Amino acid sequence: MLRDITLGQYYHADSVIHRLDPRVKLVTTLLFIVSLFIVDNFIGYAIAGAFLIWLIKVSKVPFRFIVRGMKAIVFLLILAVVFNLFLTPGEVLFTFWKLTITKEGIRTAVFMAIRLTFLIVGSSLMTLTTTPNQLTDGMEKLLSPLKKLHVPVHEISMMMAIALRFIPILLEETDKIMKAQIARGADFESGNLIKKAKSLVPLLVPLFLSAFRRANDLAMAMEARCYRGGDNRTKMKPLVYHRQDAVAYAAAWSYVALCVYFGRIFTL
Amino acid sequence: MAIILDHVSYVYEKGTTMEIAALKDINLVIPDGQFIGLIGHTGSGKSTLVQHLNGLMNPTSGHIYYNGEDIGDAGFNKKKLRSDVGLVFQYPEHQLFEIDVFTDVCFGPKNMGLTEKEVQLRAYEALKQVGLEDEYFYQSPFDLSGGQKRRVAIAGVLAMKPEVLILDEPTAGLDPKGRDEILDQIAKLREETGITVVLVSHSMEDVAKYVDRIIVMNQGSIMYDDEPRNVFGHYKELEEVGLAAPQVTYIMQAFREKGYLVNTDVITIEEARDEILRVLNR
Amino acid sequence: MGIIEAKKLIFEYIRRDEDGNVEGITRAVDEVDLDVKQGDFVAILGHNGSGKSTLAKHMNAILYPTVGTVWVDGKDTTNEEYLWDIRQNAGMVFQNPDNQIIGQVVEEDVGFGPENMGVPTKEIWERVEESLKAVGMYKYRKHSPNKLSGGQKQRVSIAGVIAMHPKCIILDEPTAMLDPNGRKEVIRAVRALNQAEGITVILITHYMEEIIYADRAVVMDKGHIAMQGTPREIFSQVEKLKELRLDVPQVTLLAYELKKSGINLPNGILTCEELMHELKL
Repeated sequence: MLRDITLGQYYHADSVIHRLDPRVKLVTTLLFIVSLFIVDNFIGYAIAGAFLIWLIKVSKVPFRFIVRGMKAIVFLLILAVVFNLFLTPGEVLFTFWKLTITKEGIRTAVFMAIRLTFLIVGSSLMTLTTTPNQLTDGMEKLLSPLKKLHVPVHEISMMMAIALRFIPILLEETDKIMKAQIARGADFESGNLIKKAKSLVPLLVPLFLSAFRRANDLAMAMEARCYRGGDNRTKMKPLVYHRQDAVAYAAAWSYVALCVYFGRIFTL
Repeated sequence: MAIILDHVSYVYEKGTTMEIAALKDINLVIPDGQFIGLIGHTGSGKSTLVQHLNGLMNPTSGHIYYNGEDIGDAGFNKKKLRSDVGLVFQYPEHQLFEIDVFTDVCFGPKNMGLTEKEVQLRAYEALKQVGLEDEYFYQSPFDLSGGQKRRVAIAGVLAMKPEVLILDEPTAGLDPKGRDEILDQIAKLREETGITVVLVSHSMEDVAKYVDRIIVMNQGSIMYDDEPRNVFGHYKELEEVGLAAPQVTYIMQAFREKGYLVNTDVITIEEARDEILRVLNR
Repeated sequence: MGIIEAKKLIFEYIRRDEDGNVEGITRAVDEVDLDVKQGDFVAILGHNGSGKSTLAKHMNAILYPTVGTVWVDGKDTTNEEYLWDIRQNAGMVFQNPDNQIIGQVVEEDVGFGPENMGVPTKEIWERVEESLKAVGMYKYRKHSPNKLSGGQKQRVSIAGVIAMHPKCIILDEPTAMLDPNGRKEVIRAVRALNQAEGITVILITHYMEEIIYADRAVVMDKGHIAMQGTPREIFSQVEKLKELRLDVPQVTLLAYELKKSGINLPNGILTCEELMHELKL
């Protein structure tokens, strides 16, 4: 169940997307997300969807692998849709009991569902095709101008890399502790909200302790391997732009232009 | 009164290309009061199997019966099953969470809805059964040594008064002293209460002198299911799947190969010594 | 002077109660002298709490002596100037395979140490390749560590240390959380490093069968060195080992029992073949 979350996992394959510079992928993901919020009609979303599907195809990541990651956010998705559906004021379509559904509500709800889905799929695609090391390298390099403002860019990116590395381990651990407590008669499902929150204590305490223990071990292991921050560090995989990256940037910006034109300016 | 597994199979990620059969058509009877060693290396399916015995995992196909009732039936009381079939996970000390040892052990019986008095009585009894001294009862479980923590965690399951106790690699990560202490304590407990015990391990040598029966698992199937001495007779086949019989088995086989008619199914060092002395006429 | 030397090493830590008041002082390592020569394979054996891991952490400047001195490659570990030299020269592998792998791809993890040391990119790749080959994990270089077995993860950790080109590697109970197959894999890799590459190995363990291949074994108990010598010398003292509640291999025990029953056998028999040979069968 918890293992289904694919956000933050890396899927190894040999594709153009995998080989792209992480900076390109980060910028493209950002542009893609921005585009989702600029676009205001179905043509725009159709373009975004087509772009996304094309990227997935090129990336050689199995579609089913990405879809599986969606399961984890289904709840969030439904919540967003329901809220928008019932709480958007506008031209009333029909009413039952105390609930009214408006034309605008349906429109916002559908757009919201599409946005969220595309957003998650888009960002999963980035993490699935980029190793966390590359990802954080890219982030570090992109944000490096901020170093002049004394922003600890290297430290932030290292923290992110470690967090990403430990997400699957901690998820597995959660699963295990949960089972162990169920074996001792714990009940994580029934009862009201307060009772449910209380029932999480036997899960959260061991989980936090384990996370601290791991953090401690890891810090020691990193120091033992001469880690001393970002200064004077070399890179095994230094970031250098290649031809393909220029092409990718061009493709990403063309996509944005297309989206803005058809999704915002152009109307049927 | 027993646990019966009838053609039980379990498949991970069913319906995808990553399908892995963790259990393949397992048939098994675990009668009351037996002391069983479940042996297999990592990935052999032994941990998956034990999680089926208390309903934490449900078979993809097949049935599991506890005391004659199918535990997969809609009306079956799984909560009751989990207190009857106590499962101690690997590294169980990682599940401790309460402020003191005693309160932590109370967690299981409390979940069963027993009275306060009964809960405390059981917790006390369980802590005694694992041989923890009174002075530790009101300490934080996190201040104890590794071996003590593990005993507290085992007490947490014992306090539910299970009829069957399953321990998934109870000695993992312990030093030889801690390992012997835990295993001796379990053997003593079994002698005193007559409880059914299933000991999951990857070491034949560790469990050989304790158990009545050894079940060897390999790639999701049962490879051998017999008395320890008969299982060790298959030492060559065991080696092929990455398991080893106790070293004394190999010594006795070496004597055999040299033409000495020793009894090869000895288990303890003393038995081996007597056999060797016998064939050497001393 | 050897690659690692400890003189009258004492390590104490202060126990505090919940409010932070001092409860007492525990002496985890008590007056230990140790001298490890370049190219040696030394096993340090003992129970949990015997001080063996605390001792190991002194060899990598993770802990510093309360009293006494530790030298790594002739450098005093308390001298901060040498800190990174020491950590590079005395690489360390820890117990929990999950908590010491930093990279999400095997090769990136192995490259982590050299990156920290400022090794040029091209050389990092060479080091990663040779290190992964040395532990037999080269074909897994593109894999995620999460998908590997415990033994494989530990071999990756060892490769990560070798890539730093240390003179000595210290393994702090690298096999404690592994199954028998994983244990064998790791010990095999460690022996190969010692024999083929001439790297000094200090192996900390509580499994007796892992010390058989060592040049020298040190048994620790309550912070002291309780026994010291070649594995054979150690295994000759069955009574003392039993007293320390350490595991003696069954063949050694059997030979000891046979000897007690009047059969003429030397002390410290380690393998089945040896027993047969000594019995002249």
